[in-house]
Amino acid sequence: MPLDKPLEGGRLLVFRHPAVVRITHWVNLASLVVLLLSGLQILCSHPAFYWGETARFAEPFAAIVSEMGNDGEPRSRLIAPGLNIDTTGLLGASKNADGLMTSRAIPHWLTLPGELDLGAGRRWHFFFAWLFVLNGALYLATGLLSRRLQRELVPTRDQLSHIGHALRDHLRLRFARGEEARRYNVLQKLTYLPVVFGLLPLMVLTGLAMSPAVDARLHLAMVLGGRQTARTLHFLCASGLVAFVVVHVGMVVLAGPVNELRSMITGWFVIKPAEEDTP
Amino acid sequence: MTAPTTRRAWLRGGLTTAAGLAVASCDKLTQSPQVNATLDGAESLNRRLHGLFVGRSALAREYDRSAISPDFRANGTTNPDSEEYQALAAGGFADWRLQIGGLVERPLSLSLADLQAAPARSQITRHDCVEGWSSIAQWRGARLGPLLTRAGLKPQARYIAFFCADTLELTLDGSGDYYETIAIADAFHPQTILAYEMNDAPLPVAHGAPIRLRLERQLGYKMAKYVMRIEAIDSFETLGRGRGGYWEDRGYQWYAGI
Repeated sequence: MPLDKPLEGGRLLVFRHPAVVRITHWVNLASLVVLLLSGLQILCSHPAFYWGETARFAEPFAAIVSEMGNDGEPRSRLIAPGLNIDTTGLLGASKNADGLMTSRAIPHWLTLPGELDLGAGRRWHFFFAWLFVLNGALYLATGLLSRRLQRELVPTRDQLSHIGHALRDHLRLRFARGEEARRYNVLQKLTYLPVVFGLLPLMVLTGLAMSPAVDARLHLAMVLGGRQTARTLHFLCASGLVAFVVVHVGMVVLAGPVNELRSMITGWFVIKPAEEDTP
Repeated sequence: MTAPTTRRAWLRGGLTTAAGLAVASCDKLTQSPQVNATLDGAESLNRRLHGLFVGRSALAREYDRSAISPDFRANGTTNPDSEEYQALAAGGFADWRLQIGGLVERPLSLSLADLQAAPARSQITRHDCVEGWSSIAQWRGARLGPLLTRAGLKPQARYIAFFCADTLELTLDGSGDYYETIAIADAFHPQTILAYEMNDAPLPVAHGAPIRLRLERQLGYKMAKYVMRIEAIDSFETLGRGRGGYWEDRGYQWYAGI
């Protein structure tokens, strides 16, 4: 572990992230972006979700429904439990690259490729699924074997007992200084832990469950409550990841984007000196 | 105070340029044959791994009668419009003959009654469409493996091709006719049948009458409907546009186990 380097003003340059964490972080981001956009392309071919083994076409749990209006322009609605809203222009009917209103579940700027092409979407999805899985396996294997994951992500007893305090600090956007800034705070740990060991592995499991070949051997669809349940969970977990990324990027911006980005690129992180009056 | 502003402007400019480049290069990338060939590598990997870990004989899950879908969707062609097919359908497929030929020792010509007398299997299975939906139905049909054994496959045979009565896209060269190819190993899987019955009734026209292929561990588009002719072949390069099926010619994956 490289030694701390003192900077002016009592600040300290500390080595926070080893190379394997930094590399797998960015490979993970790249593969998740491709998986999300190609996944939305795949969704366009049947934008409806169900629970159980089969699709009950007349009673989806949630769906994007498009229909042709009297004026010849498509209209669309998003239907979900407790929700039935007009989404014309965004979901179900949107302008294509040439500015023409077209019936498609997801707008062209959110799908890979941009035009409707299920085969191509699946090609991108399954290639980057491998990159995502191998990269994730490298991260987990190195993290668990070096015990870094256990050390970094599992909250200490002390952290858990001061969770209320951490929450107040967080809401007031008071970020850790001094020795406390050398580790993740309890809220970060309680977010990263279920993302790393919950959402990301569930993406893989629910994805595998949808494969009829894999299902012949592992019966994952049955374990998860049916193939359509697996598909719905796959989408909900992906939505959870998007929500995580939004908050994660928001926190990076609030905590100091240059310092945070540098730490995930070079490994080096600047921590500010502890304040005298910190309780 | 100018430093952060400049930095921010630089960042914003950089991000906008990057986004613009990304969108523009995305189109180039998605259309590049080399990129697509690389991406297809994952499909070959999946096929090989499934061959290793799923195995040749693992059965697709079978369900109780109560699981049968009341609203099984008919996709693709639901009523082939050729005069030949319409005449066969009008006659209750009494004049229909299934030709089994190509790289075989003894070509067969089978009537529907011949098929119904062949070794059969009944199964209640889930149909997984590439679009994402699934439906469950009961199927009964002649097992493909014993039929191929009866015809006697020549050693060079590597694939089984299915030629269908439906035309999905009207083209001058006939490349819009539906066809499919599958691996020999999958043709001999115990659940691979030529189904003539769906939910205890003769296979409806919308679902491929008189017979459709059931290939339970792969996606719906592999399960050709309205099958007229079956051939054992050593390569599918000369069929259609050379990718092994109607949808494969239009960018879908040949293996389709995912």
